[in-house]
Order: sequence, then C-alpha cells, then structure tokens
Amino acid sequence: MKVVVTSTGPDLDSRMDSRLGRAEKYVFVDTNTLETIASDNPAGFASAGAGVQSAKFIVEQGAEAVLTGNCGPNAFSALAAGGVEVYVGSCLTVRDMVEAFLGGKLRRVSGASVESHFGMRGNS
Amino acid sequence: MSSHTHKEAVPYNAPAGRPALRIAFASGKGGTGKTTVATNLALVAAAAGEEVTYLDCDVEVPDGHLFIKPEMMSRREVTAGIPRLDMALCDVCGKCGEFCRYSAITVIGKKVLTFPGLCHHCGGCMLVCPVGAISEKAQPIGSVEEGAGRGVRFVQGLLKVGALAAPPVISAVKEAAADGLVILDAPPGTSCPVIETLRDSDFVVLVTEPTPFGLNDLAIAVEMLRMMSLPFCVLVNRARPGATQVADYCADKSIDIIAEIPDDRRIAESYSRGEMIIETVNGVRVIFEGLFERLCDVAGAARRGTRGRHIEGAP
Ligand code: SF4
Ligand code: SF4
Repeated sequence: MKVVVTSTGPDLDSRMDSRLGRAEKYVFVDTNTLETIASDNPAGFASAGAGVQSAKFIVEQGAEAVLTGNCGPNAFSALAAGGVEVYVGSCLTVRDMVEAFLGGKLRRVSGASVESHFGMRGNS
Repeated sequence: MSSHTHKEAVPYNAPAGRPALRIAFASGKGGTGKTTVATNLALVAAAAGEEVTYLDCDVEVPDGHLFIKPEMMSRREVTAGIPRLDMALCDVCGKCGEFCRYSAITVIGKKVLTFPGLCHHCGGCMLVCPVGAISEKAQPIGSVEEGAGRGVRFVQGLLKVGALAAPPVISAVKEAAADGLVILDAPPGTSCPVIETLRDSDFVVLVTEPTPFGLNDLAIAVEMLRMMSLPFCVLVNRARPGATQVADYCADKSIDIIAEIPDDRRIAESYSRGEMIIETVNGVRVIFEGLFERLCDVAGAARRGTRGRHIEGAP
C-alpha cells in the first residue's frame, strides 16, 4: 500500500511535519517494502488554498492514505474526493508514523481535525 | 528630527454640499494605537463642529465601536459571487481549476470541487468554463452596520468568520461615506484590504511606534503609499525621549511627523478600559486639537493641490 507522510525531511528518519498543506516535504512510502520517494510540497508557499493544492498533488501521486498531524476541512474534502484516507497522530519520525499506522495506532479521520488555515499560524 | 514648525493652521470647514474630506488612519502593523488615534480625533473634530463620519474598515476585527460606543440603527448583509456548478453541463475539462489561483475550485480525478471559503469572488472560473457550467451564486460574506455615538456618525464592516475576501465588505462600508469629514480606520498592514481602504482617500496618517519593528513596518507602508501616490504624514504613538529612529527615518525621507503622543502608562490604562483618552488623561486633548488643526491644513491643501480645481471650480 502506498501512503504519504507529511515530513520535514526526505527519508524515514526525518522528523514528521504535523501540518498537511504547509508541510515541508511529502515522503511517499510503500508499506510492504518501506521504499520511499520524497517530494517537495508544491503548495508550501501558496498564499491560500495550500491544503487543497497539496491534496490534489497527493491524489495525483496515487497515495491511498495520508499520515499527518492535522488535516483541515478543505484538504480533507479534496482528499476524500480523490479516495484518499486520512490518518492523524503525532510521532517523532516518518518511520514511527508508518509503524503506528501499520499497528493500527493512528486515528482515521472522518471529518476535518482542525479548522481551516491551521498551518498558517506562526507561519504568516 | 521632525519638523514641528506649526504653519498657520487653516481649519478645514466643509461647506454644505461639498464633497467629503477623507482622512485614513493606517499602520504598517497591528497594535500601534491607530484606532485610539482615529476615534479620539473623530471626537475632537465633532466637538469643533465638524460633521464626522467614522468608517471602521478593519473588517476582520473592527474595534472602533469599543470607544465610540455607537447605537447601531441599521444593518445590511454584504454578499459576493461564488461559483455554482451544473454538473450536467460540465465535462471535467479542468480549465476552471487551472485558472483559480486560490484553489477555490479544484478538479480532482473526475470531480470538480468548490471551496466557498477560499473563493476571492473574481468571477474568472465562470469566464473560462468553455461550456458555461458555472454560474454565480450570492454568498453572504459580511455585513455593514450603521449608527451614531458621541456626535459621530459611525459605520463599520464585519467580515464573516471564515470569509477570506475583505475588500467587498470594505467597499460596502465606504459607500456609506457622506459629506463633511470622513475618518477611515484601515486594517493594519499593506495587503489588499488596506489598499481597498486607502484608495481614493485624500490623506493618510500612518500611525507608528518608535521601535525597530515599528520602523520596519512603517517603511513598508511608506513604500505602499508612495506607490499609490497618496499624500501622507506620520504620527508617532508611545513616543519616548531618545527613541529617535522613526524621526530620523522621516527626516531622511522628508516625511512630516504630524504629532507625537507620549508613552504614558495612564494612556495605556485608560485605553484598555475603552475610554477616550482626550477625556481622561490630562494634556491629551490639546495634542489632538493641534493634530486636528494641522490635519485640516495639510489634508485640505493636499486635496486642493491634487483634485482641488475640480472641486472648487465645478459649475
Ligand atoms: S471549466 Fe467548466 S467544464 Fe471544465 S471542469 Fe470546470 S466547470 Fe467543468
Ligand atoms: S470566482 Fe475566482 S476565486 Fe472564486 S472560484 Fe472562481 S476563479 Fe476561484
């Protein structure tokens, strides 16, 4: 299964980024082989709508689930429209997030976990 | 060094029927005391017999009402257009999503999603849709309230929580401007809502603090005003002896410092109780009376210089 973890760096041992739309990087992980592909967040510097733009990107990359800290309502709707599931939790590294996910320890989101524009705080 | 030489002040008296003199109060950042200055000036002007309209254009957090304490008499809703999709016509070509730079309309897979909360109401998606699948729907984005208090006509805009686009609400507030002296309380910063507020004002007062941060934001605001070709001056709030950075900057850029309000604990305390400092703190009223006279002088002159002929000589 292909999942994507919001991250501050490019590999399994990078610290996760709890923000979705404003995460620094996305680490796509094959949960069977633990192979990774890292990508910059194409929407990291968008002035508005970063969550939606990054959700669109994640859908287009073919991820089946997003593992992150928080997911706003717009990004959530966009991910849901693309058939991508959202799991939230707070772990230290990308690897920890994947392990928690495989161990069933992340919470599956069925609606937005924060209000819109969470990631802008302290960033703007 | 600021030029504090008082020219002979010629109070601006608006004869009936004369277009308003619009003076806007702005600041490069929040918390400089812009609203304190604007509201106290409004009261001093009203006491001098001026017909004053106060327009609170800081529509995300309007706080002028905390000081003027107006009784509101009317309220109207402000709407703006958001896209409405007719999926029967849409062939999911993706053009709308490519166009919208706010991702307020986004094509994901075979679905077209709209996010009204992200929409800036430009109408572009409706224009680019090749099959006419998008029409406009009115979305409430805020309101304009009107009332009066302390001898001042008071109008404020209120952006709905979660709405992004302040400019349409601000322009609705500005429609309420009347003859006489119009005081505009602008949002802090230098973004679109600020420009929407300041546009077509006759004169701008930039309220700043004598700190490095204050100076940095002041310089950005000055750039903006010069780009907009608006006449302006600077007012230093919480002025302290020895803190001369702002004064030095203004001297260097030939910017007039119209007044300084001293850093005084009594002012801060009175302000935090929602009081008018001209009434509660000794010596403040005279500062504002001086400010009002000088403002009438410079703002009136600036207007006569820029658009005066138009107004004076109109048949
Ligand atoms: S531009 Fe029109 S036809 Fe194309 S995806 Fe958007 S709504 Fe559908
Ligand atoms: S009106 Fe403008 S901002 Fe709103 S969805 Fe259409 S293109 Fe985007």
